[in-house]
Amino acid sequence: MNDVARPANTALNDDIGEDVRLKLFETQVVIREAEQRAYDLFLQNLVKGTSHLSLGQEAVAAGFAVAMKPGDLSFCTYRGHAHTLARGVPVEKVLGELMGRDNGLMRGKGGSMHLTSEEHGVMGSYAIIGAHLPIACGAAWRAQYKGQKDVSVCFFGDGTTNIGAFHEALNFAAVWKLPVIFVCENNFYMEYTPIGDVTAVPHPAADRASAYGLERIVIDGNDADAVYREAMKAYDKARAGGGPSLIECLTYRHSGHSRADPAKYRPEGELERWKERDPIKIYRERLKQFGIADAQIEKIVSGVKATVDDATEKCKAAPIPPLDILTTDVYADGGWAWRN
Amino acid sequence: MAELTYRDAVIRGIAQEMERDPDVVFLGEDIAKAGGVFKATVGLYEQFGPLRVRDTPISEQAILGAAMGAAMTGLKPIAEIMFSDFIAVCFDYIANEFPKSRYMTNGQTKCPLVVRTGNGAGSRFGAQHSQSVENWCMMIPGLKVVAPSSPADVIGLLAASVRDPDPVIFLEHKSLYPTKGEVPDGEIVDKLGTAKILRPGKDATILALALMVPRALAAAEKLAAEHGIDCEVIDVRSLVPLDTQTILGSVAKTHRAFSVEENPRLCGWGAEIMSIIADEAFYDLDGPLVRITTPHCPLPSADVLEDAILPNVDRIVERVSKTLNS
Repeated sequence: MNDVARPANTALNDDIGEDVRLKLFETQVVIREAEQRAYDLFLQNLVKGTSHLSLGQEAVAAGFAVAMKPGDLSFCTYRGHAHTLARGVPVEKVLGELMGRDNGLMRGKGGSMHLTSEEHGVMGSYAIIGAHLPIACGAAWRAQYKGQKDVSVCFFGDGTTNIGAFHEALNFAAVWKLPVIFVCENNFYMEYTPIGDVTAVPHPAADRASAYGLERIVIDGNDADAVYREAMKAYDKARAGGGPSLIECLTYRHSGHSRADPAKYRPEGELERWKERDPIKIYRERLKQFGIADAQIEKIVSGVKATVDDATEKCKAAPIPPLDILTTDVYADGGWAWRN
Repeated sequence: MAELTYRDAVIRGIAQEMERDPDVVFLGEDIAKAGGVFKATVGLYEQFGPLRVRDTPISEQAILGAAMGAAMTGLKPIAEIMFSDFIAVCFDYIANEFPKSRYMTNGQTKCPLVVRTGNGAGSRFGAQHSQSVENWCMMIPGLKVVAPSSPADVIGLLAASVRDPDPVIFLEHKSLYPTKGEVPDGEIVDKLGTAKILRPGKDATILALALMVPRALAAAEKLAAEHGIDCEVIDVRSLVPLDTQTILGSVAKTHRAFSVEENPRLCGWGAEIMSIIADEAFYDLDGPLVRITTPHCPLPSADVLEDAILPNVDRIVERVSKTLNS
């Protein structure tokens, strides 16, 4: 286990095109820089509570999001910063929420584990493992019932494959032939424990696919092109009425499970091996292979860094949420009244 | 006006709402082709077709999760959980997902859905198919919780629940399915958060819910005939929102309050209402606040045992008369 994902076929294939490639790169850099900043802000005690970073897993978020159409829906886990940013939610809104400021995405009422921006198609980040797989089925059912062409894309980790809701949702989606895509980010650790120690099959998602009549799909989750291509295939199939897909993306998180985890359980050298296959490093090389000039690449990176710096300063200067929002939006009337 | 069973009222209530609004869809185990294990959904599949009335696998998490995803994105689902005891296997949606999404997202997410479920004892099904779980749901901010006792209320409150923009847990009492009642013709739409005074009285207020309502009414007649005690019986109907004004108004008049609760004693709905009365109407009271409940005990299966453990007419009569005469 823990083998570094096999590189995808890197033969030059221009099926993706320059505009999309630049978007894939920029999206990954946004996630990298924003996540790194979130970590730095922890160390300054400006981000409180917990947080689950996607450093090292950027290609999965970027590949699936860039392949989406407006109106497609993302359902994320508590490790959801990356998927939220990938749909174009401003960095300031995400960092503001992590910092508990009034400019945050939910004005501090949700926090790191519940990032939601329905206007960007980010239909929530769910902190109870497995909960959002059935919820994504429901959104897909609505599309099917109303004859709408959007797809629902549900991201989760390898640990999720051992909870009941995963299996209920897979069967349900297959039986109802729903336009939903289940994306397993297999980063090889459920939390602190290697996934292989607690799972009966080597590939926690893909090896379960046959139980639900689905194709077995394992891809290199550190190569944004491979992710993008697989995403497009799955979306096209779903939009054409072909039903759900389950895609296992092999990747690796560079940080621990959460803020509290220094990840000392990893065998020596494992992190270093995976860092050689850092998705952003891979993609820089890819851009060069396609003749994108260093200057253009650096311009993208410096632009993203400026955006993250600017967002950080705005968040530091932003007011804290007013106490008058404490009990708003418990019910649809905007308040919390439970009695007359 | 027609006489209808509680069971047929469920069918009529769902049909009324599905006819009105094409966004109302219905899912659950055995609800479509089989017409429901309690026969409370017979004919809906034939009337509304397989796209709107859908059988699911035995996957309670998938049922409630799918209902939520559909509700968030524009449908108005009615989901059936066959026995309310099964809420325990999908409690994440009841406790963590439906009720918190709107708050956590600062009002972005909506969740207009209804979970219908067969609640309560009397069918000799034992400890895992007979519970009254209204208190499991009542304690969670963001949910609404309704439990009708009559066929007319089933239709009216179900319609109000489907039209409500918040998630509603709609508890149908299994032992009431065969009971009959008068139901007005035409569309019926009631209002959540309204208790009903079913029997006016001046000496004591008896608060009851679902199957305990007919028992409280029968006890009130006996108390009047045998003890000269004139009880006001209130069907609480809606635990959240709670109609405290009707309850406090009654207590101000009778100066006495009793609750008749099918749920086991600890943290039952009556405890919450009694604490409100103690807090806000203490000086109206002439005596202790008394809760008549099922004991803190699982439910037995054998008919004699099950009958003995639930509050019944004689226990209500005894507790009320002893309290008022002491």
